[in-house]
Amino acid sequence: MVIKQLSVFVENQPGRLSEITDVLSGREINIRALSIADTTNFGILRLIVDHPSRAESALKEQGFTVSQTSVIGVGIEDRPGGLAEALNILREAGMDVEYMYAFVSHAEKTAYVILRVADNDAAEKVLRDHGIPILSGEDVY
Amino acid sequence: MPNYYQPEIECASREQIRAWQDERLVETVEHAYKNVEFYRRKMDEKGIKPSDIKSVDDLCKLPFLTKADLRDAYPYGLLAVPREDAVRIQSTSGTTGKRVVAFYTQDDIDLWEDCCARAIVAAGGTRSDVVQVSYGYGLFTGGPGLNGGSHKVGCLTLPMSSGNTARQIQFIQDLGATILCCTPSYAAFIGETFEEMGISPEEIPLKAGIFGAEAWTQEMRRDIEKKLGIRAYDIYGLTELSGPGVSFECAEQTGMHINEDHFIAEIIDPDTGEVLPEGSKGELVFTSITKKAFPMLRYRTRDICVLTREPCSCGRTHVKMSKPMGRSDDMLIIRGVNVFPSQIETVLMNHGYPANYQIVVDRVKNSDTLDVYVEMTGAMFGDTVKDISRREKQLVDGFKSMLGLAVHVHLVSPKTIERSEGKAKRVIDKRHLV
Repeated sequence: MVIKQLSVFVENQPGRLSEITDVLSGREINIRALSIADTTNFGILRLIVDHPSRAESALKEQGFTVSQTSVIGVGIEDRPGGLAEALNILREAGMDVEYMYAFVSHAEKTAYVILRVADNDAAEKVLRDHGIPILSGEDVY
Repeated sequence: MPNYYQPEIECASREQIRAWQDERLVETVEHAYKNVEFYRRKMDEKGIKPSDIKSVDDLCKLPFLTKADLRDAYPYGLLAVPREDAVRIQSTSGTTGKRVVAFYTQDDIDLWEDCCARAIVAAGGTRSDVVQVSYGYGLFTGGPGLNGGSHKVGCLTLPMSSGNTARQIQFIQDLGATILCCTPSYAAFIGETFEEMGISPEEIPLKAGIFGAEAWTQEMRRDIEKKLGIRAYDIYGLTELSGPGVSFECAEQTGMHINEDHFIAEIIDPDTGEVLPEGSKGELVFTSITKKAFPMLRYRTRDICVLTREPCSCGRTHVKMSKPMGRSDDMLIIRGVNVFPSQIETVLMNHGYPANYQIVVDRVKNSDTLDVYVEMTGAMFGDTVKDISRREKQLVDGFKSMLGLAVHVHLVSPKTIERSEGKAKRVIDKRHLV
């Protein structure tokens, strides 16, 4: 039940981010979650949108460097220690988290966390076995 | 009262200089023709025999020699003496694959060191001076040349080589160095470091500096002079011709006297190869007339400059060349290292990048910077910072091993490098050195 994430390469130049959001708004694509990883030279904008494939081709048409990555999403109880439990499960299973970011869901009292790990299937299985709900594309898009 | 290392040569009459040049040119052409297959072939192709060269007036009959010829002749193609008579090899900075290597007999080294000694004395050096040589040693000619010249003058010589600025400063202070030899950008950096340490120019024992191997402006000269409390002198040379000391500045600081008893200088039109009248701006061409192991006949330096024979207040009679005002090829000199854009392209190709790149050269705090912007292909883009940083690091390492220089690499999106008339402008030099 992997979720499709778009990664966009962003040079460190004024206005570059708004160019990306303009492309998406022009195609009526809704951003559900995002995070930026940055260095002094460049950034990588990671996006969860409601129409990943349409968004990808729209951005590519405008000359952006885009790649699609499979990530997993988990639902976490919105309370202290909620995220810690999920991460402890992965740590005990010896799985590294490459990066992650969170957003609040429509459903009350639940936070969604997007995780990038080396082996999506294995991580999904171990989390599910420990009672952590795994999200499907429909849940987030 | 000006001082000379070899007054009878440096202040010789024009007639005397011309007589030396005529005689030595004839000998050198005979020597090169007899011992180097390359010169024989080139002259035969043009239908020129050594006997056709009777004086400097006949020099224009000889074919030119280019850096490409030198690369093609690598390694021993242009060696003009039996290998057992040569005692030294030096090499040009910053090239790979086919480098240019130059050979020296013991006499060649002696004469080269004489040239450097003239430069040191012209900068006020005497046997009571302490000379700190902070040019690189090794294959690069800067260190060995000035080191030898300093010995000839009888100076106490500190063979520091470049780098380790804290130690450079400590030695200048503790040992009382009075003359500093290095690249102008390194001199500026040493000056800044003194300033940051709160040491005023009056407290620095240095009185003069001999700086070369890269272009520098009058503003940079004044800046170095102020920070170090010295007079800064320019020196010019090419490994192909021996190294530093082909020409050097005197107290007048209005051009560099070419050591005409060893080198004949011409100015040509870089497009037609035609010799231009005196005072014209054009490409500098040198013929060595005393070197035995590695004679250079009409070597095209690609440096654009002007020659003047107007009498100099220092009393030297040898022709003066202006600071190089540019290049007739695309070579860049970055922190004293020769860099051709084609080398940068080679590194990119080797790592699978398309040839869409831009080279930006600048000078920040008196030190050259080299930034390379490279377009990625979509397929190269992973989604982690680690991935892209690793790609950048690979290129940084690739440039380091190709050029021996630290290059700032910037990966950019496809089609983002500006193109004019469909073609990318490859090099942007922001230094404004001329």
